[in-house]
Amino acid sequence: MGKLFAVTIAIIAILSAIPIVMNYWGPPPDISTHGFAIDEQMKATMWEAGIAFLSSQLILALFVWLHAGRDRSYKLKTFPGGAKGLVIAAFVLVGTEILALGVVGQKAWATVYFDPPDKDALTIQAQAGQFAYYFRYAGPDGKFGVPHPDKIDEGNQNFFGLDPENDVPARDDIVAGELAIPVNHPINLLLHSKDVGHSFYVRELRIQQDFVPGLDLAVHFTATKAGQYEIVCTQLCGLGHYNMKAYLTVLSEDDFQKWLKEKSAQ
Amino acid sequence: MATTVHEPPTIPSPTRRPSDHFDGSGGGPLPDNLRAVAGRPPEPVRTGIWVAFATIAMMFAALTSALVVRQGTGNDWQYILLPRILFFNTAVLIASSCTLEVARRRVAAYMRVQSVSRGPASWWLGITLFLGVIFVAGQWMAWMQLRAAGLFLPTNPNSSFFYVLTALHAIHVAGGMCGLLRVIYLLRRPVPSLQKSTMDATSYYWHFMGLLWVYLLVLMMTKL
Amino acid sequence: MSEVAAHHGPPQTFLRKYVFSVDHKIIGLQYYGLALVAVFIGMFLSWLMRFHLVWPNAAIPGLQLLSKVGAPGGIMTPEYYLSLLTMHGTLMVFFVLTNAPFAAFGNYFLPIQIGAEDMAFPRFNMMSFWITLLAFFVLMAAFFVPDGPPISGWTAYAPLSAVGKDAGPGLDMGQNLWGISIAIFCIASLLGSLNFIATTLDLRAKGMSLMRMPLSTWAWFITACISLLAFAVLLPACLLLILDRVAGTSFFIPGGLVISDRLQPHSGGSPLLWQHLFWFFGHPEVYIAILPAMGIVSHVLINSMRKPLLSYKVVIGAMISIGFLSYMVWGHHMFLSGMNPFSALVFSFPTLVITIPATVLTLIWLGSIYGSRLQITTASLFALGFISMFVSGGVSGFFLAQPSTDIYLHATYFVVGHFHLVMGVASIFGVFAATYFWFPKMTGHMMNETFGKVHFWLTFVGAYCIFMPFHYLGLAGNVRRYSSFVDDYLQPLLPVHKFITIAAFITGGAQIVFLCNLAYSRFKGPQAPANPWNCTSLEWTVPSPPPWNNFGGEHPVVYHDPYQYGVEGANEDFILQTSTENVKGAVRT
Repeated sequence: MGKLFAVTIAIIAILSAIPIVMNYWGPPPDISTHGFAIDEQMKATMWEAGIAFLSSQLILALFVWLHAGRDRSYKLKTFPGGAKGLVIAAFVLVGTEILALGVVGQKAWATVYFDPPDKDALTIQAQAGQFAYYFRYAGPDGKFGVPHPDKIDEGNQNFFGLDPENDVPARDDIVAGELAIPVNHPINLLLHSKDVGHSFYVRELRIQQDFVPGLDLAVHFTATKAGQYEIVCTQLCGLGHYNMKAYLTVLSEDDFQKWLKEKSAQ
Repeated sequence: MATTVHEPPTIPSPTRRPSDHFDGSGGGPLPDNLRAVAGRPPEPVRTGIWVAFATIAMMFAALTSALVVRQGTGNDWQYILLPRILFFNTAVLIASSCTLEVARRRVAAYMRVQSVSRGPASWWLGITLFLGVIFVAGQWMAWMQLRAAGLFLPTNPNSSFFYVLTALHAIHVAGGMCGLLRVIYLLRRPVPSLQKSTMDATSYYWHFMGLLWVYLLVLMMTKL
Repeated sequence: MSEVAAHHGPPQTFLRKYVFSVDHKIIGLQYYGLALVAVFIGMFLSWLMRFHLVWPNAAIPGLQLLSKVGAPGGIMTPEYYLSLLTMHGTLMVFFVLTNAPFAAFGNYFLPIQIGAEDMAFPRFNMMSFWITLLAFFVLMAAFFVPDGPPISGWTAYAPLSAVGKDAGPGLDMGQNLWGISIAIFCIASLLGSLNFIATTLDLRAKGMSLMRMPLSTWAWFITACISLLAFAVLLPACLLLILDRVAGTSFFIPGGLVISDRLQPHSGGSPLLWQHLFWFFGHPEVYIAILPAMGIVSHVLINSMRKPLLSYKVVIGAMISIGFLSYMVWGHHMFLSGMNPFSALVFSFPTLVITIPATVLTLIWLGSIYGSRLQITTASLFALGFISMFVSGGVSGFFLAQPSTDIYLHATYFVVGHFHLVMGVASIFGVFAATYFWFPKMTGHMMNETFGKVHFWLTFVGAYCIFMPFHYLGLAGNVRRYSSFVDDYLQPLLPVHKFITIAAFITGGAQIVFLCNLAYSRFKGPQAPANPWNCTSLEWTVPSPPPWNNFGGEHPVVYHDPYQYGVEGANEDFILQTSTENVKGAVRT
């Protein structure tokens, strides 16, 4: 039975690795400028994790195969190097992993979070609420109106609680249910939650950030490929969480201006 | 049927904490770090009470950090004036620690020498308990005074923390009072069955409540 | 005369013997029974969830009996899915993984393994079980309140969990009951840990120094130390959450929230404060779940290998390091939470460092198998399976420990696969190993080895079939806690979900084999000798099952460390810890 265990582990380990190696189900192609660093980090981590996984499982299988069922006639042996050698090995292996992944990898994090948004980034405000996203553009005057939570009236499409009568900059703000952005143009997305915690996740952009009620957060990115991508909510927000999504539409610069004009007119 | 009221005669005892020497391969004669000497039972309540201090301290540390964080977020931190009676209550609690120490030493004396009477020890324990009741009553008055000033639990975060911290402390003090009641009961039985370790542990707990209160008072004075 | 013996004589009445018992052995069995009930309820809930994910519009016959509102006509509503999800997580983490490996087996065997008659505070011990049971009933009551169980997950993030029923169904009385139940559970847990620590430090028998305690005892002791500080933080957190819900305070709820068209009356609170408090408890909690299993597996493995581990001290050091480091990593659950991005790097470092003691342990286990005489029993199969599961679950941690890769994988099925394997399955394998190993001692009967092995194979292969694919789903970006998969990109992943669901039903069904084996063997299994596994530790020197005072009034004297296997010149290939066989200075063969 020990040998059966060994064979089973080896088969499970190899079978588990196959979908990863063949990339059956993996991340979609990256369409952002910062995503390359993240993808490289994923690859490096996958190598490390894969080697650790396969070697551990196969060594377990091998040792069980060799030693299962031995009786008293078998002379007990100690693993060469003993515990000391293995402790040193653990420190060395994990230490190099920490250096290779942790230290080098912090650059990928830094490009997302430490670098400030581009000076000419287009600022868009995203508001997440149970169970939809709305996006607000500053409009031709380039200024955002002030949102008033007490004036929010979804029945009348006033999702942000704007007060165009008294607030001049609010008059030309554009509100949409989809996030349209121009391609190859830096975007600074301000995140505001109307009610509970939500999150902004676009797989292709390699961006995920929670909306935290009470906090004004922001993410910035640049999309490099036109197309339509899904924005989904990843922070449990209530019964509609599974259905809470919007589309990220990446348009050429001209198409984007056309889109803005259309929305303005509405 | 343990009725170890009297401590065993002081004999040179082996180290209470066994050393952690690894024994190496094979067995051998007993190590010289025996846990139990014949006839002298181990006293887990002494360890237990310190463990209890660790966990209670951790809970109040969590609340302290919650207080500090909450002060940092939101812009609604309105300083409140602490009711003056708190200082009186503090004095009462500290006094009760003093009376308890007197009681504890009287109990130790009683256990050492049979002819010493239990009376004084019981008296001092009773006074401590009474002071404890005064303390809790005083805390209640502090809450009433705060309510009279219009500061209820949800009024602002400062008042919220005030009520939470003082209430949790008072609940633990009440637990301490139950411990005191038990000690008094064990001492005053026809055949007393109070162990010195129980007396000590109950006293340490009470002193800890005093120390904790002083900490909370300073915290509230500076932060709330 | 031991102080503990003074606390209770042998129990006379049925109630005293089996219900309100102060005997640590009965209390251990009571915890085990509670964990068994909880795990089957939790598993049943997971079946309902898996079924709904794959067949969302199908009616589950009878579900409307459990909840008319949650499953009208048997078809699960999205909110009821989230309720089941919350209860599944809460039951499994608290009432199974904290109870079974730690409270159940620890209570039963820690005193015996150190040569004590009972725990240091037997009455507190009894109280801690009954308080845990009360917490269980309060939690289960959430199923029967009109609004149903809470829907905010076992993590109960604010403000969703704090604002009350404005935020939707499943956030009314059910969430209050959750908070109260967990607070009660904290108190019970703290009492239990107190007992474990005082007992280990003060009630060891003559000759039982700390360095002669079995690794299982060390694991329980270290777990109790972690637990003491962790639950002390969860308790005030739950209290503050309850106050936000019922007393109008604003610890966790900021101002300006518009929920269900109503501006909420709270202001100034911080949702991140809840996350910090919760995860400061939550991360040590996962180590509370796994450490006892590590100790148990070490103990069982050594016995099965007829050879000690390469270094007893290193294993203890690794377990202590894990316990210590576990308090420094909680922020890795919050990389994307909006906390200062620099802290993400700060938390990432100890998270990666904690891999070191975990790797040390794995390498020591593997290295110790080399050159051993590994006996294959059901218990040792589960112990070996534990190593495999722990490695599988652990390596996915490399991705989640780094903030940059966590950006993509956070809140996906990758995380769900990670924690189920490394914490859920691995711990359960430790519990199974413990059960098959110690059942003879606890009941006086042997379990059926054939059915045990059938149970092992079905569970081992089944668990991999269920949880390995979770990682692939996560890499594809499949978000977790979704009651249905309606997004475009999720459609191609549905066949994987179907595979998982079927595997879950089969693997869950296989547990019937275990239950039947337990029940049948308890009454009809062959008589068990005192030491069927030729093991060295103290519990094997007493009859099966042990008498009420463990050692029959005797005080054992310990002469050896717990892993004297394969000593040359000894009569057998093992030496009991209490044996007076003196083979000082002998060399192992």
